[in-house]
Amino acid sequence: MLTIDMKLLDQIAREVRFKLVEMSNRAQTGHLGGALSCVDILVAAYWGGLKIDPANPNDPERDRLIFSKGHAISALYAVLAKRGYFPEKDLDLFNEAGSNLPEHPFPNCVPGIEWATGSLGHGLGVGVGMALAARLWGKQYRVCVIMSDGECQEGSVWESAMFAPRHRLNNLKVIIDFNKWQATGRSCEIMAMEPLREKFSAFGWRAIEIPGNDLNSLFSVVSDWSDTERPTAIIAHTVKGYGISFIQDDNNWHYRSPNREEVDKAKMELNII
Amino acid sequence: MRNAFAEEILEIARQDERLIVLSADIGNRLFDKLKVEFPSRFYNTGVAEANNISMAAGLATCGFRPICYTITPFITCRCYEQIKIDVCYHDMPILIVGTGSGLSYAALGATHHSCEDIALMRALPGISVAAPADAPEVKACLRAAFNLGKPVYIRIGKKGEPVIHQDVPAFQFGIWSYLREGRDVCLLSTGNMLGSAIKIATMLKDVQISSSVVNCSSIKPLDEKTLKSVLDKHDAVVTLEEHSLIGGFGAAVVEWVVDQNMDTEKIVRFGTGDYFLHHVGEQGYAREQYGLNVYQLTNKIISFLKKRRETKQ
Repeated sequence: MLTIDMKLLDQIAREVRFKLVEMSNRAQTGHLGGALSCVDILVAAYWGGLKIDPANPNDPERDRLIFSKGHAISALYAVLAKRGYFPEKDLDLFNEAGSNLPEHPFPNCVPGIEWATGSLGHGLGVGVGMALAARLWGKQYRVCVIMSDGECQEGSVWESAMFAPRHRLNNLKVIIDFNKWQATGRSCEIMAMEPLREKFSAFGWRAIEIPGNDLNSLFSVVSDWSDTERPTAIIAHTVKGYGISFIQDDNNWHYRSPNREEVDKAKMELNII
Repeated sequence: MRNAFAEEILEIARQDERLIVLSADIGNRLFDKLKVEFPSRFYNTGVAEANNISMAAGLATCGFRPICYTITPFITCRCYEQIKIDVCYHDMPILIVGTGSGLSYAALGATHHSCEDIALMRALPGISVAAPADAPEVKACLRAAFNLGKPVYIRIGKKGEPVIHQDVPAFQFGIWSYLREGRDVCLLSTGNMLGSAIKIATMLKDVQISSSVVNCSSIKPLDEKTLKSVLDKHDAVVTLEEHSLIGGFGAAVVEWVVDQNMDTEKIVRFGTGDYFLHHVGEQGYAREQYGLNVYQLTNKIISFLKKRRETKQ
């Protein structure tokens, strides 16, 4: 059992958040709100929840994380860099023409990116295939898919959701970054999202709801693979733009990027020295 | 063609443990032998084609060589974006095989016709596209596609098509084969039109027109060398396909010819028109509705050739 220093994880999460603000400011990119909402999920996964080795990113035995909400990829880039997959200074190239860190990733763009996403509703199906492959080859690795709540509106998600329990893929976990917003409005007002946990539960998943910006709760569910029969769906209730007062729960930050003054303000709020 | 497909899959499965079949609820009994011999290498993925393709990509990136299979419109149009992104963008070694292609399932209505699959598939970067002519060629094509280790789309027919090749022929992507060599007209046939092409050649012979017949089962890549030589040697070049004239095999031929700054006036294309069939019957009936039976085609080819010769004089 790993001993996790939660204070350290909290500091890492704050540093990653500030990096995202800087990246969005420098690259003039949107999607900052959806990137900030899933930082804690990624920190919990990469600092304990997953069996990974940044020095050996293609290890056949590694756990796989598919970041299906590709529009928020800046969050994964920042986490991978902080975790040591590639130099943090490379993040300065985010969204530069011709760089390896575009606004949506291409296959193998940087070490640690398992799948190129950007069009929603693909990641879970790919994750199902990886989890089935592990089973068939007799491998121990596990697969974790991170989706957005808006993404759950894609029909393909439910095709995969129906297949995985049928084949008892207990080595598969989906974490839904349920930040209650999608591009143009409240996800629950646009579609009948709720009850989301019950939907997965009715499909045969072990489905749990947790506070999705709470590292303690996240860490315990991300590292829990105790169910021997079912895949796991974690409905992580998050806040879009979490951690920065003037960004959180304001959907304008799906599109806009911070100015210099706002970057400084975020730095203070996040207590970055 | 379907049975040949299943037989060859079993053979490959015996030799290569990476083969895995993902059937989207089709092939009742077709894969019984595979299921018995290799129960973990066959999955019925249900009436859910998007997941079929995405999970194939997940399996492929973890060492498998999936074959995704169901009725053509459902394994192409229905899950097009999954093919684009999860298969082609990631360059996964996946075979997508559509059965009942073109007008093979004519009597089932336009929901089951697939006259746009070649256009869709060949527009995607990195995927090869093939339409074998008969059962023996299905085997050869499947084997070559599996060995390619890249995205491949294969359009096959149903049961009981005329068998043209006595043995399993050689198949290579980018290589066409002559079945007959003549002087006046060259019939470039793709997929299940090859039997018609041979009949047309015989009927043309009756009116003293000498024709070549070329089996163009590799649609992407085209056999550019053969295509160039065919254009050099004949007065007229005809493309035949059970597919829309928009974006199909004939369109690929003409695109290539134009891109070479060569003359297109000796080319005439035959395929399905830009409309759905509402009133349907068996395959022969459907072909007739689209002007694709051998008599209609022979007459049209004779007229084209006559016009060409008049213009030349």
